[in-house]
Amino acid sequence: MLTETEIGYNSKIEGDVVVTRVDAALNWFRKNSVWPMPMGLACCAIELMAVGASRFDISRFGSEVMRFSPRQADCMIVAGTVTYKMAMCVKRIYDQMPEPKWVIAMGACASTGGMYRSYAVLQGVDNIIPVDIYISGCPPRPEAVLDALMKLQAKISTQPVLENLMAVKTLQNH
Amino acid sequence: MATVQDIEVRDSAARSAQTADELQDMHGERMVLNMGPSHPATHGVLRIVLELDGEIITKADPDVGYLHRGDEKIAENMTYTQFIPYTDRLDYLAPLANNVAYALAVEKLLGIHDKLPPRCQYIRVMCAELARISAHLLGLGAFAMDMGAVTVFLLSFTEREKIYNLAEAISGARLTTSYTRIGGVMRDLPPGWLDQCQQFCDEFIPALNEFETLLTRNRIWVDRVRDLAVISKEDAIDYGLSGPNLRGSGVEWDLRKKQPYLCYKDLEFDIPTGAVGDCYDRYLVRMEEMRQSTRILEQCIKKIPGGADNKTNEPVNVADGKITLPPKQKVLSSMEELIHQFMLVTEGVNCPPGEIYFGHENPKGELGFYIHSKGGGTPYRLKIRAPSFVNLSIVPKIFVGTLISDTVAILGSLDFVMGECDR
Amino acid sequence: MSALETAQKIKAKFGDLISEPAEFRGEITVKLADAEQITAVCEFAKQTLGFNYLVDISSVDNYGDDPRWTIVYHLRDIVNVVEIRIKIDVNEEKSELPSVLSVWRTANWHEREIYDMMGIRFSSHPDLRRILMWEGYPYFPLRKDFPLAGKPSELPGVAFTKISPMEGGPFVTVAGGKDSISREPRVRTPEE
Repeated sequence: MLTETEIGYNSKIEGDVVVTRVDAALNWFRKNSVWPMPMGLACCAIELMAVGASRFDISRFGSEVMRFSPRQADCMIVAGTVTYKMAMCVKRIYDQMPEPKWVIAMGACASTGGMYRSYAVLQGVDNIIPVDIYISGCPPRPEAVLDALMKLQAKISTQPVLENLMAVKTLQNH
Repeated sequence: MATVQDIEVRDSAARSAQTADELQDMHGERMVLNMGPSHPATHGVLRIVLELDGEIITKADPDVGYLHRGDEKIAENMTYTQFIPYTDRLDYLAPLANNVAYALAVEKLLGIHDKLPPRCQYIRVMCAELARISAHLLGLGAFAMDMGAVTVFLLSFTEREKIYNLAEAISGARLTTSYTRIGGVMRDLPPGWLDQCQQFCDEFIPALNEFETLLTRNRIWVDRVRDLAVISKEDAIDYGLSGPNLRGSGVEWDLRKKQPYLCYKDLEFDIPTGAVGDCYDRYLVRMEEMRQSTRILEQCIKKIPGGADNKTNEPVNVADGKITLPPKQKVLSSMEELIHQFMLVTEGVNCPPGEIYFGHENPKGELGFYIHSKGGGTPYRLKIRAPSFVNLSIVPKIFVGTLISDTVAILGSLDFVMGECDR
Repeated sequence: MSALETAQKIKAKFGDLISEPAEFRGEITVKLADAEQITAVCEFAKQTLGFNYLVDISSVDNYGDDPRWTIVYHLRDIVNVVEIRIKIDVNEEKSELPSVLSVWRTANWHEREIYDMMGIRFSSHPDLRRILMWEGYPYFPLRKDFPLAGKPSELPGVAFTKISPMEGGPFVTVAGGKDSISREPRVRTPEE
């Protein structure tokens, strides 16, 4: 169930105090400080670095802190081709991330295997971990990555936080 | 009283790091540490299994292959032109250079690599040198960032964005350009490109001087990289190193001077070599190479036949209907061009049977293509001689005796790319 | 000394084992008849003729021909800028030849990659294990009878290996199927 609460604020009435629902506040905190864990594997990692650099500034969205330790990250950005040899590591690192966590599959190779239909390439990282946002492109432009981050923020702002406080997201095996 | 600690290691890479020292290992003094594939400082997916004695490394065993995508097998199923996008993604820091290397290799097989039109040669040289500056900038930025100098990373990325603008203007894509074709390039320079390139050269040298003031005489930097991981001349040649790693050890070997291709014979530039062969030398060689590349770019801008607008209509593709796609206006109106278009697109360029090897001076080293062709439009066997693969093979030798904190410096100075190493 | 002269010097020393030097696009190639002699030939090339740099070792799968494997060594003399290529044929039953690690240490990783991709073993190599695929992968991917889509295999841990979807495109290899030569009309010899 999606929550539709927004933050209501009227400066004439409330002054310096914002009155809202816990759901909205928590989602607002979460979406504006999404700390990505860059699983930078191949060429898309270079565009991810360009997103973090000064021209396409990702820190405007609160995501400047690229945490390489999964235990401190919110969102794993899988940037690049996932081979079968690497797949095990990607899954293990995803499991190490604490809830709430999201995954962005950046680029064609992470989404579906890309142009590498060969014996060594996993055809899409969604075979092993649940993906929230797919970005197309080879490599996607940095603006596309920022657009995906904004879509992720929109998704986060509709998540009912308090109801699922005790639930743990499980991986659907298929 | 020493206690025996049992370290259970299941995989062969870790086990091999412990061979030949079984007895000492039973005392449990050595620790096996996995510098895993997901690591901020390994520049991609490289795994090194380290055996440590306190903080000193006694054995290092790199485990590559985490980005092995099967390029060589894919090449056996594609025509020569269809394989060009895959070459972009080999050394993804300098895709224009890989495109030039591959196109030259196939043209050597056809026998036309020294018969290219001069304007095409100058355009390709400019692409290769821009790619060289771009790759060295990122290598430098990542090297500095891993050592803690984060400002250099952001500054170098600002300069790279200018090169991305140039690449986007010429080919349409920032990173994966796929710009060259067999027998020429995709299209001629857009109007205003040479002016933009000249403006980049003018702005780049002051920026490079800024990096020099930040790093070269910086006490912390020099203390961290000087006299680290010295590679002697004999070792460098024996281990097959190439590019700045080889030149940093004092060997004067640059394919642009020793086995010249394209129009490098007509251009003036110097080859920097190091004196000692440590990390500092490799860093200095790369800085100087960027200056020399800017020098080459400025000469090309002045000397390119046809100039900025190509008023004399110099061709940029070999004028052979069996190699270059015909102009679109003729395809649907003239029979011969229609047949050429059909054959080139469906079956590819018909190459003679035979085998060639062509080595190109890439920013990371010598990128070589060994093509074994049995005739037809697809290669029978395409082997990519990747410089990063060969450069990484020296890691077990130079890591021994260094500290853990030096691993980052050594890996940064070797400047490899896993996309190229694993193919 | 040009490449042709060095090739003739090798032929003078090793006699019938070495074929006549062939030239194509400015490159000299010699074939070595006996694979066991490769270390001696390379030793001679390095010490006496000065080929101190091994550029590359490649392998070719001549599927359907006997001998099946061809190993190709690219040698270079950095000082005088001379390059030469040495080819060796190995048949499938044996699939083994001596390692040249003692001559150039760069051969270590090249030979490991050939073992990984083609399955050709190198005797006297101290550490012959897979380098690009994971340890325990049961196939040799670059062989002509191995399909591009791959075959399912066991990977310890959580991931799996499925056959990648090919949708039967025109440029997809078929295991044991026609190679690119027989698929193309242009390359047919005049008698056909």
